[in-house]
Amino acid sequence: MSAAASSDAPGNGWTGIAPVLLSAALFAWFLSLGPQVAAGETLRLAVPWVPSLGLELAFAIDGLALAFALMISGIGIAVMLHAHFYLRGDRHFGRFLLFMMSFMLSMLGLVLADDLILLFVFWELTTITSYLLIGYGHDSAKSRRSALQALFVTGAGGLAFLAGAILIGIATGSTSISELLAGDGLTDHALYLPILILVLAGAFTKSAQYPFHFWLPNAMAAPTPVSAFLHSATMVKAGVYLMARLHPALSGTDVWFWALTIAGAVTAVLASLLALRQTDLKQALAYTTLMALGTLTLLLGQSTGYAITAFATFLIVHALYKAALFLLVANIDHGTGTRDATLLGGLGRAMPFTALAAMLSALSMAGLPPFLGFIGKELMYAGVENAPTWPEFIGASLVLANALMVAVAAVVAFKPFWRPPGGPLPAEPHEAPWGMWAGPLVLAILATVLGIFPAVVQSLVVTPTVDSLLQDPAEAKELKLWAGVNLALILSGVTVGLGLLIYLLHQPLRRMIARIDEATFSLDGNWDRFLDGLIGLATWQTRVLQNGRLKSYMSITFLTLLVAMAAPMIVYGVWEIPTSLDAPNWIEAAIVLLILAGIALVILTSSRIAAIAGLGVVGVSVALVFIINGAPDVAITQLLVETLVVVLVAVAMLRLPFLTPERRPATDALLALGVGTVVTLTLFAVLAAPIDRRLTDFFELASYTEAYGRNIVNVILVDFRALDTFGEIAVVAVAALSAVALLRGVRGGGK
Amino acid sequence: MSWFLALPIAIPFVAAVAAFLARGYRVGRWISIVGALAHLLSAILLISVVSAEGILAGQMGTWPAPFGITLVADNLSAGMVGVTAVIGLAVAIYALADIDERLENLGYHALYNVLIAGVTGAFLTGDLFNLYVWFEVMLIASFGLLVLGGDREQIDGGIKYVALNLVSTVMFLTGVGLLYGQTGTLNMADLALATENVDQGLLTVIAMMFMVAFGVKAAVFPLFFWLPASYHTPAFSVSAVFAGLLTKVGVYSLIRMFTLVFDHDLGFTQPVLLWVAALTMITGVLGAASQTDFRKILSFHIVSQIGYMVLGLALLTPLAVAGAVFYLIHHIIVKANLFLIAGVADRIGGSTCLSKVGGLYASAPLLAALFLVPAFSLAGFPPLSGFWAKYLLVKASLDVGAWVIAGVALVVGLLTIYSMTKIWGAVFWTPHPEGREPSLKQLDPALRRAYLVSIGGLAGLTVLIGLVPQPLLTFSEVAAEQLLDPGAYIDAVLGEVR
Repeated sequence: MSAAASSDAPGNGWTGIAPVLLSAALFAWFLSLGPQVAAGETLRLAVPWVPSLGLELAFAIDGLALAFALMISGIGIAVMLHAHFYLRGDRHFGRFLLFMMSFMLSMLGLVLADDLILLFVFWELTTITSYLLIGYGHDSAKSRRSALQALFVTGAGGLAFLAGAILIGIATGSTSISELLAGDGLTDHALYLPILILVLAGAFTKSAQYPFHFWLPNAMAAPTPVSAFLHSATMVKAGVYLMARLHPALSGTDVWFWALTIAGAVTAVLASLLALRQTDLKQALAYTTLMALGTLTLLLGQSTGYAITAFATFLIVHALYKAALFLLVANIDHGTGTRDATLLGGLGRAMPFTALAAMLSALSMAGLPPFLGFIGKELMYAGVENAPTWPEFIGASLVLANALMVAVAAVVAFKPFWRPPGGPLPAEPHEAPWGMWAGPLVLAILATVLGIFPAVVQSLVVTPTVDSLLQDPAEAKELKLWAGVNLALILSGVTVGLGLLIYLLHQPLRRMIARIDEATFSLDGNWDRFLDGLIGLATWQTRVLQNGRLKSYMSITFLTLLVAMAAPMIVYGVWEIPTSLDAPNWIEAAIVLLILAGIALVILTSSRIAAIAGLGVVGVSVALVFIINGAPDVAITQLLVETLVVVLVAVAMLRLPFLTPERRPATDALLALGVGTVVTLTLFAVLAAPIDRRLTDFFELASYTEAYGRNIVNVILVDFRALDTFGEIAVVAVAALSAVALLRGVRGGGK
Repeated sequence: MSWFLALPIAIPFVAAVAAFLARGYRVGRWISIVGALAHLLSAILLISVVSAEGILAGQMGTWPAPFGITLVADNLSAGMVGVTAVIGLAVAIYALADIDERLENLGYHALYNVLIAGVTGAFLTGDLFNLYVWFEVMLIASFGLLVLGGDREQIDGGIKYVALNLVSTVMFLTGVGLLYGQTGTLNMADLALATENVDQGLLTVIAMMFMVAFGVKAAVFPLFFWLPASYHTPAFSVSAVFAGLLTKVGVYSLIRMFTLVFDHDLGFTQPVLLWVAALTMITGVLGAASQTDFRKILSFHIVSQIGYMVLGLALLTPLAVAGAVFYLIHHIIVKANLFLIAGVADRIGGSTCLSKVGGLYASAPLLAALFLVPAFSLAGFPPLSGFWAKYLLVKASLDVGAWVIAGVALVVGLLTIYSMTKIWGAVFWTPHPEGREPSLKQLDPALRRAYLVSIGGLAGLTVLIGLVPQPLLTFSEVAAEQLLDPGAYIDAVLGEVR
C-alpha cells in the first residue's frame, strides 16, 4: 500500500469524514420515513418565504421524492468516503468538501421542494456547484472549458424551465407543486404547449438528452467522485426528476409521448454506440450514463404501469451500479496510473476487492439474473408489449441499447481484471485503500441482494414512486426474478446474446464507430465555433457602436434626439408657426446676427483661441438679450462668467496644439439643421399657447410683501429658489477645485 | 418635518466643506467615513419616517409649493437615498485602502462628498429645475473625480464623459424651459396637474426630449457611449461609486417623470421604452462579451442592466414597476461591489487586464468567494438578490404576454453568466501568467480590513436580500403603488393649495 493510502497521511485529517457522517445520518432519516411514505402519506413542511409572490419554503416527501432522497444520501455516503481517500492531501480538499456538501444539500432541496420556484432555486444551486466541481482542476484549460460548457448548457435550460414555471404559475395561479398535482393537469390549457416546451428544454439539457448531451462527457474533467455523484447518479437525473414530478400534470398527450420517446430512444442508442467507441473507461461510463438517462426519459414518455414501474426500478438499479463503477474506475486509475481500456488487464489478483465489486456491478449493468438490473430490464421489456404506440420502435431501441450495455459492462469491468494486459502499465497495480472499495462493494452487494429480495425495493421505493407518477399504487407491477417464459425473457436472451457478440467484436466495431463519429457533425466541436461566433458578433457590434470617436458619439446622440422628437411631431402634427409673433426689431436682429457670426467662427476656424473667442461672442450676445429684456443684473452675471470662461479656457488652450483642419461632412450640417429645426418648432408650438403666469404673478406679489426684496430676480435667486442657488454655488466651487486638481495633477503626473 | 428631508443633503455638504478644509491631513478620510455614517443614519431615519407615515414633503424656505422648491420622499426616493448612503459608506471605507495621499491632497474627499450630496439631492427634489441643478452638481463633481490624478487615459475618458453629459444637460435644460413655457410651473407634482390641460401632442414631443436627456444619463441604447469610454479609467473607489449611482439617477429621473408627469401618452412612450429596454440589454451584454478587461466588462454590464430597469418602467404594471425598483436597489449594491473587487484583484494581482492577472482562486479564496456572490447575483442566479430582480421582471413580462421581451431578459441573463465566468476563469481560475500567487495576506492588515469590510458588507447585503427578499419586495411594491397612482404624491406636495 502506498504511503498516501495510510489513514493518517497529512492533509485531510478527519474533516473528510464529516460529510460521510452527514450523508449517513440523512440516509438513515429518509429510511426511517419509508414506512410512512409507503403507506401513501405525503410529508409536508411549509414556512412562509415571499408571501407577496405566493412563495413558501415548502417541502414535501412522497414516493418519488423519497426515492431520489434515498439515492442522493445513500450514494453520497459511498462517494464521500471514497473522496476522503481519493483526494488525500489535495491542496483544496476543504473547498472540495464544501462544494460537495453544498451540492448534496441543494440536490436534496431540489427533490424535496414543493414549489416550482423553490425547485428552480435548488436547480440553479446544483448548476453552480457542478460548475465549481467540474472546474476543480482549474489550472487546466480543458477543465475550465468543460465547466463553462456545462454551466452554459444547463444554465440555458434552467432559464427555459424558469419561464415554464412562471407560465405554470400564470396558468394555474400558483407555483405550488402539490396544488398543481392535485389539479386537473395542464394538458387542456392554452399555455400547455409553451409550458411543455420550456419545461422539457430545462429537463433535456440538465439530463443531457440529445442534442444537448455533449456537455456531459466533457464534465468528466471533474475528479472521479464528482463524476460518480453529480454527473451520473444524481444531478443529471434532476431533469428526469422534473419530468417525473410533472408527469401527472403534463403527460398523456401525443406531444409528450413523442418528445420523450424520440429524445430518449435516440439518446439511449446513440450514447451506447458512442460508449463502445471510448477507450478511456471513464468516458465509456459517461456515455453509458447518457444511455441510462435516455432510457429513463423513454420510459417516462409512457403512462403504463409497466413503463413507470420499470422507470422506478431502473432509476435505483442505475444509481447503484453506475456510482460503484465510476468509483472503481477511480481505483483502477489510482492503482495503475491509467484508465485506458486497451492497456488495462490482469488486475484481478492485484485488486481483488475492486475486481469483485466491479464484477457484481457489471452483471447488474448487463442485466443478468439474479441482479436488480435484470428485473429492471425485464420490466422495460414487459412495458414494450403495453406501449401505446410503436412498440417495435421502443422495443428495438431498448434491445439495442441494452445489448450495447452488456458489451460495455464487459469492457469496463471484465476485461481489465481478467484478460491479459494490452501493454505495459504506468504503475505496478495495487489495491486501493479500504475506503475506496468499501463503498462500491456495498453498492454492488446491494444490487445483488435487492435482486434476490426485490420486495424491499418494491415497497420502499418502486410502488410509492409509481403512486406519485400515476397517482395509483395499484398500477405498480410486481418486481420478480422469474415471471415465466414470456416475451420479456426472450428479449432478454436476445439482448445478452447480442451483447456478447458485440463484446467479441468490440475492437473492430470501435474503430468503425470512431471513424463515423469523427466524420460526422459534432456539437462539441461546434461549441467553440459557437462561442467564437458570439464573440465575433459582440466585437463587431462594439466596434461599430463604441468606436472611440467622440464625434461619432455626438452625432448618434443628436440623431437620436432628432428622431425622438420628430416622430411624435409628425404623428401629432405639431408644427404650427405662431402668427402672433412680432417681427424682430433691428436690435434683436443685430443680436441674432452676432450670435450667428460667433457660431460661424467656432465652426470654421482651426484656431482654438479663435473658437473660444467665437463662443465668447455668443455669450455676450446672450447677455445683450438679458439687457434688452430688462434684467441688467443677470446680464452682468452672464458677462462676468463669460469673460472668466474665455480667459480661463484660453489659458488652458495655449498649451494645446492647433487643431488639424478637417472637412466636416455635410451630414453634420444636416443633423445640426434638423435638431435646430425640431427644437425651434417645439418652441413655436409652446409659444402658440398663452403662458400660465401663476408663478410670475406670485413672485411679483410676494417679493416685496413677504420676502422684503424689490428686485424680483434677486429674491427668486436668494429666497424663493435659494436651494438652486446653493447648488450652483457648489458647482462653481467644485469646478474651481477640479480645475486646480487637474492642473496640479497633470503637472505632478508629468514629473 | 422638512429637516428629515434636508438632512441627507446637508450632511454630505458639511462633510465636503470639512474635508476640503482638512485636505492635506490624514483626517480627511475619517471625515468622509463619519460623514457617510451620519448620512446613512439620516437616510435610515428618512426611510423609517416614510415607511411609517407615507410620502413626506417639505417646502424649502417655507414658500408653499409650487412657488418655492419642494423636497419630497416617497418610497422610491427614500429607498434610493438609503442605498446611496450604503454605497457611500462602503466606498468611503474602501477608500481608506484605495485612495492614496496624492489624490487626497488634490481634494478627493471633498469631491466625493459633493457627489454624494448631488445624488441625494436629485433623489429628493420635487422640483424639475432643482433636479437640473443636482445633475450639474453631480456632473461637475464626477468630472473632478474622474480626472483626478490626471493620467492621459483618464483625461481622454473624462472628455468623452463630460462632453456627452453636457449635451444631455443642455437637452434637459431646454426641456425644462419648454415645459415651463407650456405649463408655467416647475414643481413636479404641479406639473402632473398642469399637463392635463395642455396640448398633448406637444407634450409628447417635450417628453421625448426628456427621454433622450435622461436616456444619456441612464446610459441606454443608443446613448451609452460615455460610460464604457470612461468608467475603467479612474480610481477604483470612484468607478465603484459611479457604477453604483450615476446611471441610476438617470433611471430614477425616467421613472419619476414618466410615471408622474409624462403618463399622458402611454401608447407612444411605452413601446419606445420597451424597444430601448430590449436593445439596451442586448447591446450592453454583447459589448461586455467583447471586452477583455475586468472593469470594461463590468461597465458594459451596467448598460445591459439598465435595460432591465427600463423594462420595468416600459411595462408599467405594479409588478413590473416594483421589479424595476427592486432591480435598481439590488443592482447598485452588486455593481459597486464588483468594481471594488476589481480594485482588490488589481492591487494584489497586478492588473485588471484579463490576460495579465490570474491565480486568485488558489491563493486568495476569500476574495474568490466574495466575487462569486455579486457575480452570480448579477447574472440572476438564486438565491441571490439578482434572481428576484430578474424573476419579478420576467414574470411581469409573461403576465402581460410580452414573450419576446421575457425571452430577451432571460437570454441576456445567460450571456451575463458568460461574462462573469470569463472574469472568473481568467482572474481566479487560470494561474497567474507570471507564476505569482497573489494573496490578500500580502496586504497591510489595515488595508485588508478596509477592503474586506466594504466588500464583505455589500456581499452580505446581497445574500441577505436574496434569502429574505420580502422586506425589500414589500418596500418596492409600495413604491410602485405610489408611482402608479401619483395622487398621494401630489397631495403630499400640494396639499395646502389644492
